[in-house]
Amino acid sequence: MFLLALETSTEYCSCALNLDGEVRESSVLAGQGHSALLLPMVAGLMAQAGLAFGQLDVIAFGAGPGSFTGLRIACGAAQGLAFAHDLPVVPVVTLEALAQDSGADRVLACLDARLGELYLAAYERVADDQLKVVAEPALLKTSGLPVLPGTWTGVGSGFAAHAAALTGQYTLGAIHAEAFPRAAAVARLGAARFARGEFVRAEEAVPLYLRDKVALDVHEQAALRAERRQPAAGGVAV
Amino acid sequence: MLILGIESSCDETGIALYDTALGAGTPAAGLLAHALHSQVRMHQDYGGVVPELASRDHIRRLLPLTRVVLKEAGKTLAEIDAVAYTRGPGLAGALLVGAAAGSALAMALGIPAIGVHHLEGHLLSPLLAADPPAFPFVALLVSGGHTQLMRVEGVGRYELLGETVDDAAGEAFDKSAKLLGLSYPGGPALSKLAQEGQVGRYKLPRPMLGSADLNFSFSGLKTAVLTVVRKDGLEDTAHTQARADLARAVEEAITDVLTAKSISALQQTGLKRLVVAGGVSANHRLRSRLDAAAAKLDARVYYPELALCTDNGAMIAYAGACRLQLQAAAGGFEAGPYRFDIKPRWDLNSTAIGA
Repeated sequence: MFLLALETSTEYCSCALNLDGEVRESSVLAGQGHSALLLPMVAGLMAQAGLAFGQLDVIAFGAGPGSFTGLRIACGAAQGLAFAHDLPVVPVVTLEALAQDSGADRVLACLDARLGELYLAAYERVADDQLKVVAEPALLKTSGLPVLPGTWTGVGSGFAAHAAALTGQYTLGAIHAEAFPRAAAVARLGAARFARGEFVRAEEAVPLYLRDKVALDVHEQAALRAERRQPAAGGVAV
Repeated sequence: MLILGIESSCDETGIALYDTALGAGTPAAGLLAHALHSQVRMHQDYGGVVPELASRDHIRRLLPLTRVVLKEAGKTLAEIDAVAYTRGPGLAGALLVGAAAGSALAMALGIPAIGVHHLEGHLLSPLLAADPPAFPFVALLVSGGHTQLMRVEGVGRYELLGETVDDAAGEAFDKSAKLLGLSYPGGPALSKLAQEGQVGRYKLPRPMLGSADLNFSFSGLKTAVLTVVRKDGLEDTAHTQARADLARAVEEAITDVLTAKSISALQQTGLKRLVVAGGVSANHRLRSRLDAAAAKLDARVYYPELALCTDNGAMIAYAGACRLQLQAAAGGFEAGPYRFDIKPRWDLNSTAIGA
């Protein structure tokens, strides 16, 4: 089974092939250059393996959470590659890819969501390429972290950005704050999911944003304007 | 050559298939199918385009629309020779969706992907009308994001004659409409209200009307409209006639300036063909004013089909087809390397051949 995985949810840009269990990855620190780098990197990886796109069985991508634009770069590219040859697509949660890469058995994966929030999920390993969800991926405030008893390995940028809150709330063994979601992990998890029949059609492949409130509607805008005109007594207009 | 066109630069997802062989005589005959999804309703709830929501919608619409177009044209992906996508200018996140999916599709099919300038698409869209203009012509591009006059010698041979120094004409329509409490997008709503209005009650400024150059300025208009709205209390919809009269005055001011500058451009270039494209080119008053003024010069005005006035995939497929044919004639083109870095700001002049 031949799988191609794409991952662009952070400032890293990576792609990987899973060829019957043999994983090859190409990864660079891209900053904001993913759009220029991703497809040439894929072409290089495919050429090295001597593969044509029509020989692939499935496309996997890091679905999120992460940079919204980054998620759409991987998702859009996965849609296009899959659509060309009518291939199935496996969306893989970035937090799960982080957990997979850690190699640990009980993992708290956390990415900084900015605006004082974080993306968090908890996993327990059930097999080499399979994790069980203990806490579903969620967008959380540091004041609203769930209770998760036991000792955990912490992975992801969230442990750098929100270190105090996370170490205060959880019993943590090792912490790998420098870890980022990689295409190699997406390729391993993706292949296992595909084998279990967990895939979608190209047009059903969508990013997992988690943050769904991105703008104020006209009523909320009006309410905000009214509030600004008449700040509550002693209060501060926002 | 069969070209798939993808447009996702703002708030409409447009997909089209263009066949250069069928379009060799009359370009319109090459347009096999096109489909459009407008996000206007979604953005209405927010009083304007929310870029993040626009991007989120594009990525859900793009492939389903592509399936519709392929089916309507009776074609398969294997028959496509190239993919053209809008590379800019536009909203970065929105552009990236079409660029990523289009380039990846092309790479997996082993065919070229070509990034098209959005305004070149608009500029060439009147060629897809039943009675297309011949080159050379003067082009007036008027939309919510652009107001430009260009001299067009041929595909890729453009000279900027003048442009807005601040707001676009469509933006002036939308902002004035907002001041009158009309919901987004206000331009068409304002034009509708203007139909009941009478000329004369309000006199609005026509900035740069008398200037010798071919530049525009529309930002002062909204200030003038705001002053009138406040003075006469026109937020109150009970003032039915006064509101309609103000709407009419706004439309008159904008069309006056657009018409005068377009006519100057014809006179300065000595050309007899004026092509008008972009969302505002659908405006009836603008069309009748331009037609009348051009007739006095023995000139003629050409418009895109109404369905192609807004953003659409057909113009991107066609512009991509024109560019690919030029490249083929100049010795061919390479299929890769499928970089899809977009250009949210992109000067059309810089795409001119030989620039």
